Amino acid sequence: MVQPQIVMYEEEFNQIQSVCEKLVRDANAIVVFIVDKNGQLIATAGEYENLDTTSLASLTAGNIAATGGMAKVLKENEFATQFHEGEHQNVHIQIVGQRVILVVIFDERSSLGLVRLRVRKANQALNQIFEILVEKAQDPNASSPLEEITDDDIDNLFND
Amino acid sequence: MSFINYSSREINCKIVYYGPGLCGKTTNLQYVYNRTNPDAKGKMISLATETERTLFFDFLPLSLGEIRGFKTRFHLYTVPGQVFYDASRKLILKGVDGVVFVADSQIERMEANIESVENLRDNLAEQGYDLDKLPYVIQYNKRDLPNVADLNELRSVLNTTNVPDFEAVATKGNGVFDTLKATAKLVLTELKKGG
Ligand SMILES: Nc1nc2c(ncn2[C@@H]2O[C@H](COP(=O)(O)OP(=O)(O)O)[C@@H](O)[C@H]2O)c(=O)[nH]1
Ligand SMILES: [Mg+2]
Repeated sequence: MVQPQIVMYEEEFNQIQSVCEKLVRDANAIVVFIVDKNGQLIATAGEYENLDTTSLASLTAGNIAATGGMAKVLKENEFATQFHEGEHQNVHIQIVGQRVILVVIFDERSSLGLVRLRVRKANQALNQIFEILVEKAQDPNASSPLEEITDDDIDNLFND
Repeated sequence: MSFINYSSREINCKIVYYGPGLCGKTTNLQYVYNRTNPDAKGKMISLATETERTLFFDFLPLSLGEIRGFKTRFHLYTVPGQVFYDASRKLILKGVDGVVFVADSQIERMEANIESVENLRDNLAEQGYDLDKLPYVIQYNKRDLPNVADLNELRSVLNTTNVPDFEAVATKGNGVFDTLKATAKLVLTELKKGG
């Protein structure tokens, strides 16, 4: 495998979730979510009930991948920050620790300046949490949660 | 690269449908989408041009049920087949857990199939993956057409490593779920090994 697989544990998940919730409050945002670069949604906070977050997650990752391609052509390392301005809503996208993406959706109740400021803080906090996760994933003694799964378990999934 | 979430008890995996332009990748996903229970699927996204060919990718999130208390979620992607979209294809292969190669069985598409498999191998290698070590399934699509190559011939050219393979008519759904299930099974088996 190129990268160790991401394994999310309860403890770090709760920490990540609190960072997102704090960011919603501090930045007066509508929604905050975190996606890994492959498009898997990691955490969501704010008013996301009517939002198709799975689609947004995949499109965000596609967007970051495409922008990363642009960066490569321009011999830049990456474009860590993006901003999309809409008529009613705006989207601020930040790459955290080169591996996950922090997305903030906000409207006129907030401002780009405020969002930027709060994202910077959240970025630091998230960086620390993801570093711990990467360390845990690289621990050679860590057991795969799926080791106990049998071939029968897998077969049963498809016998319907 | 799979994503295992202990907190929400979910296993997330990524399967990419690869193959030459117009071989039926999008049709495979559309069939899966149409035949899946609404609560087991998310919205299917297609980023297409006005001529309806896949521009960047199609995306379909799918739940396949639970294993030992873990929900299994598969994210299905297709790549654009046209030669000039090679950059997008590379991006979509990032973090892939399993690959389906959809071949167009028509005799006149044989060369395009071969070119596409070679392109798949190269693009994977560029990201540090070896196709021979990835969960990999081949589908010979469009078996309903009159001008198709012989199955044995397709096999000998495209399936030199003897991976699971299926004949299909994606427009009617024949072989579509067999292909998907075989791939999902290989992916989970690989994960179990601690891949
Ligand atoms: N006859 C026949 N046509 C097919 C089959 N599968 C796909 N097609 C058609 O082939 C064309 C291209 O399919 P599409 O899924 O868009 O190809 P993609 O470029 O690989 O995504 C469409 O007109 C499909 O209806 C098949 O099994 N038989
Ligand atoms: Mg397509």
